[in-house]
Formats: sequence, structure tokens, C-alpha cells
Amino acid sequence: MPIVIKNGRVIDPASYTDRIADVLIVDGRIAGVAPNLSSPKAEVYDAAGMIVAPGFIDMHVHLREPGFEHAENLESGSRAAAAGGFTSVCCMPNTKPVNDSATVTSYIVQQARAKAAVNVFPIGAVTKGSAGEELAAMGAMKSAGAVAISDDGLPVMNARVMRRAMEFARSYDLPIIQHCEDLNLSAGGDMHEGAQSVRWGLRGIPAASEDVMVARDLVLAQLTGARYHVAHISTRNAVAMVEYARRQGLAVTCEATPHHFTLADEQMAPYDSNFKMKPPLRASCHRDAVISGLASGTIAAIATDHAPHPGSEKMQEFERCPFGIIGLETAIALAIEELVATGRITLTRMVELFTTGPESVMRLGRGTLAPGAPGDVTVFSTDLEWTYDVNQSCSRSRNSPFHGRRFKGGPMATVVDGEFRWKR
Amino acid sequence: MPADHDPHRGLLGIEELNRAEIDAILARAKDFQPLQSQSLKKLDTLRGKMIVNLFFEASTRTRTSFEIAAKRLGADAVSITASGSSVSKGESLVDTLNTLAAMRPDAIVMRHSASGAPHFLARHLPTPIINAGDGTHEHPTQALLDARTILDRTGRLEGLRIAIIGDIAHSRVARSNVHLLSKFGAEIVLCGPASLLPVELAQLAPGVRLTNDIREAIRDCDVIMMLRVQLERQHEASFPASEYFRFYGLQLEHLDLAKPDAIVMHPGPINRGRELSSEVADFQRSVILNQVENGVAVRMAVLEKVIG
Repeated sequence: MPIVIKNGRVIDPASYTDRIADVLIVDGRIAGVAPNLSSPKAEVYDAAGMIVAPGFIDMHVHLREPGFEHAENLESGSRAAAAGGFTSVCCMPNTKPVNDSATVTSYIVQQARAKAAVNVFPIGAVTKGSAGEELAAMGAMKSAGAVAISDDGLPVMNARVMRRAMEFARSYDLPIIQHCEDLNLSAGGDMHEGAQSVRWGLRGIPAASEDVMVARDLVLAQLTGARYHVAHISTRNAVAMVEYARRQGLAVTCEATPHHFTLADEQMAPYDSNFKMKPPLRASCHRDAVISGLASGTIAAIATDHAPHPGSEKMQEFERCPFGIIGLETAIALAIEELVATGRITLTRMVELFTTGPESVMRLGRGTLAPGAPGDVTVFSTDLEWTYDVNQSCSRSRNSPFHGRRFKGGPMATVVDGEFRWKR
Repeated sequence: MPADHDPHRGLLGIEELNRAEIDAILARAKDFQPLQSQSLKKLDTLRGKMIVNLFFEASTRTRTSFEIAAKRLGADAVSITASGSSVSKGESLVDTLNTLAAMRPDAIVMRHSASGAPHFLARHLPTPIINAGDGTHEHPTQALLDARTILDRTGRLEGLRIAIIGDIAHSRVARSNVHLLSKFGAEIVLCGPASLLPVELAQLAPGVRLTNDIREAIRDCDVIMMLRVQLERQHEASFPASEYFRFYGLQLEHLDLAKPDAIVMHPGPINRGRELSSEVADFQRSVILNQVENGVAVRMAVLEKVIG
């Protein structure tokens, strides 16, 4: 059935659109953006007072299937994505088995097609088992549907392996996404190394562990010409180095998470593992640098790094808890509150960070409301007041530091391939 | 942290206590001091109360001291060590504690190798928890007994210059002492090699200064507090062990730099020849055994405050 989304403020950065208009979707594709559109038998959604944007893309999530379905699966994770206003997600390969072959990639694509609420694009591993040694068959994975490669959760520590990986990735025109962490410098660390870790007697993960890896990789990106992307950037130096590399004309991009632009280590609840993730919540000077990078354009995308862990694993001594928090359902609200409402970025820039930004890195053929584009639309409000209750989450996991937070602004409806997949 | 703190329940750390609360414990400990040398040492203040000592880390003096303190107050005490408990069968910490709490003890005294373990449990358990040392975070009763020992000698904490020397980074004793002494207006000099003395320690509390030079730390100080070199908490070689004593061990000639009546303290167990020379350990102004003796009185005061 066709859909008409009426009377919303349509913001489509890809076509420089920002005006009150209707969006018509027919046969799963955008049919037009103009005032007073209608279609017989169309389902009408009144978006008066709301923002209508191209479907949001989260280029960094963990959906845990196959292998860790007690934490999340393609069905639950994709429903959380839809409820968070995302129409496309790119899922990291640290499943069990690791997505390091076309077989696993195909499995994820097929399972997603059968049961996912949103578009799911797998990211293949850089190395077999993400062990950092032998390169995975990235060409075959690309043929099976992989849109990028990454050993996320782990960095590729060996510089020679990383160089070769970049060369192969370039041959297949795949972006290579690095979780930047020098494991020798970060070994044993549980939170950002700084005044707070010293106060709480927790072992630190120094900002230098990220900086060192970003610096090495940028040199290798220059050497190889690869499309290189820094995942969840979190330090002042790393942002500055990416900015420098981009000015030199390198094909280098980076993303930031909502928690890294929202929280600093001083806002952590003591020993609460819902504040434990990698990279860790940094000192406020680093958070401020991330916000500046989002505003200036150095950071291309907001990505959640949605990382579900069941309560039993998070209900432990802080140092034993796994790293990571869920984030799909709170991302838009945090971006509105922390970036737009504070005047740091415009609403249009925010939409870019969720659409054209990640699209420029991942090249999914989405992120626009141009006629003929896939019928993916995100409708959100900047006025809606609501409270996040993690116990009502679509995710199978509950590990969020934002439980109970009162928000102004959030997703209203999600249309994927011309169908409503979620409405508030 | 103060937001979570309920002063009527348990004792998790010194940081969240105020001066009046600390004063009250120290004053009550003084009341209990004479009891320690009487032939009849037992009171019935806590008769019918049950205290569980749950030690996930090796401890002789702290565990014994808590057990004796409980018994001298008339309470029953059960001590459990991790190796003999269900933890070694793979039970999670929170399940172990819930099981113990279901037996309705009046307090759980707990030592754990993970910083924050008692704070995490306190959020989920109804039973008051007394922290007997959590990882590299706090060891509140040690700081209280150290303060009692200093007060017995000097009568005051305000204005004293106190050097704390050794592996500060990994020391819960140092952190608790810094919080306590700072609240009373002492001047604190922390000293160790840079790899064991993160610069952020200067922000731990007001009145803290850092130095890498032991002579500079000791000069004109009233109290020298030596820390044990915590090899079990070193996750890497933070310093060349072979030359540690030469540059950071306390030796007799160092004492000339301190004030003439300066005292030497150590939380024990001491490693003669590693962090202090044997002569210093036996030095007449060493108060190491007074610290141990005060441990019982201070822990009686804490147990009475928490349960009584």
C-alpha cells in the first residue's frame, strides 16, 4: 500500500531540502516530495509538527546473531533499531562464529531478510576469527553482501597485517573500519585513565591507547590509499589527527557514539557497569573535542555501537563485566538534546550525521529522499517528552546508562522499504 | 558518591564520611582501648547479633581483628574465605551475597580484590556491608586505626605533615588515609616512582602534594607511613624491583630528615629489606604494633556504629 507522510518538515540534506511538504512512497520507493501529495488507497500519516527525514543509518551495531542470541538476535536488535528511528544498520562481525567468511555473511543476510524489521548490512572480519593474523576472504564476503570490513571489538595490532588488509580492502573498494586501541597500553583497563579511575582504584585505559593506533593507521592509510574509518572516536588527539589526514586528502572518516558526545567519566555512577564500554567514557575535554568534530564535519556519522549484554553478565564486579551498552533507542533523543538543543549543530547537520554521513562511508545506496530511492523514512519530533524505560526495550538486553532519563525529542515512526515498521 | 551514601548503613569508604562521623568513631575507639589490656575483655553490647566476615582475599590481621572486635562486643562472628566457599564453584558474587543475606546476618564484613565490589553489592543487598578492603580503592578501617594511632601520639591531625611512601597507585590504604587526613587539615606528601604515582592523585583531596624523591617527602614530616610493595597487584613490572629498596626503601639515616619526634607507621605485613630496613622496623618510634592493637578498638567502634 502506498504511504503519504503529510505536513512534516522534510529535511533531506542530500537534495538540500528543508521545507514543509508531503512524502509519497509507492512500491517501496520514494515517489515524490512536494506539498499536497496524495494517492488513492494510500495510508496517511500526519507528521504535522514533526521532522521527516531519509531513513537513518546506524553503521555500527552488534546484533549478536549467530552465537550470542541470549543477548540479542537479528529480530530483537532490528526491532530496537526501528524503535530508535533507524531504517538500516550495519552489524559487526564479532559473532560466534565470527563473520569471517561468505558462508556466515550469507547466513546473516538470509536470516535478516526473513525476520529483521530494518535493513541489515553485515560487516565482515578483517582477519580470520578476528585473531589479527590471517586475512579473511573479504572479496567473497563482499559478494555475499558485506559492506565493509572490521575486526571491531579488537584492533588489528600487527601493522604489517593491517597494511595488507588495507591493500586488499582497497582492491575490493571496501572501507576498513578499525577499533583503535593499542592493546598493550590498554591491557587490564576498565575505564578512562584519569582522576576518576585513580579515585576509584580502577585500572585505566589511557587516551594514548587510542591515539597511538589512530596515528599508525593514518600513516598506513596514506601508504595504501585505503578507505579507512575510525570507529567510535573518543579522544581529542584522535579527532585532530583525522582532521589533519582529511585535509591531506586521505579517504579517512570517523564516527562518534551518542554516549561519547553525552557523557564524561565524571558522570559515571560509581562501579555501575552500565557506564562501562570501549572506548571508555573519557574526560570532559575529550567529549568536547568529539562534539566539535561532529559540528565541524571531521566526524561523518553518529553510530551507536549498540552492544547488548544480558543482565547476568553486567551484574558483577565492575572489573569482570563485559564492555558495551545498548544505544539504538536513545540515539536520536541524545543527538537532539545534547547537540541540537544546545546549539552546537543544526537540525540539518544532525540529519546528515544519521544519513548522508554514514552513507558516504558505507555506500549503501540510501540516505536520501530523492525520487526512486529506497522507501526508507525516519519521522521524529523535537518536542515530544518521554522517559526511557529500558525494561520496555525491544532489545533483549537492558544495559543502558540512560534508563529513567527524561527526554525532549525522539523518534515517531520508521518506514522501511515503503512499510511502517514502527510507530510511537 | 555522596548521593548514594546512607550514613546509617554500613561503612564503604572514608571518602563519603564527614569529619563529625569520623570523630565519633575515633572517640568511641578510645573508650574501647583500655578494654584491650583488661583480663576480662568481653562486653555484651552486640549480644545476639551475627556478623559474617567474608574474605575473598588473603588476610590475617584484618580478618582476625574484625573477628576479635565482634567477639569482644558479644556478637557472634563467622568467617568465610573464598577458597572454601561457593565462589570456587562458580557462583556469582551477587548470588553468594544474596545467599548469605538470606541467613539474616546483622552485617557483612567484606574484603574483595575488585575495587568497588562492596559498593556494587550495597546497591543490591539489604544487609549493611563493612568494607575491609576493596581492590586498590579503599580500606576505611585501616585509615581509622592509623588516625587513632597518630592521635594517641600527637593529639591532633590538623597541621601535621604526613608522608605516605611506596606503591601509591595500587594502595587502598593510601587512598583511605588521604581522604581521612585531608578532611582533618593535614598536609599529605605522596611519594613513589612515577609509574606508581599517577599525577591525578594530586586531585584526590585537598592538601595533597606529590614527589618522586623520598628525602624530599620525609623532610620535616611528623609521620612517615610506609606502604607494602604490593607485588600481587602489580599487573606488570612498574619498576625495576632490584633497585626499589635503594631509592624508595626507608632507611635509618632518612629519619634524621624528619622532625625529631616523627613516628614510623606501616599497615603490615612488613617486608623487611624491601620497603623498610630491619632497623627501621624495630626503631623505637615505630608504632607498627600500636596500629595492630588499635585495629581491634577501632573495629569495635565501627561494628557498634553500624549494628548497635
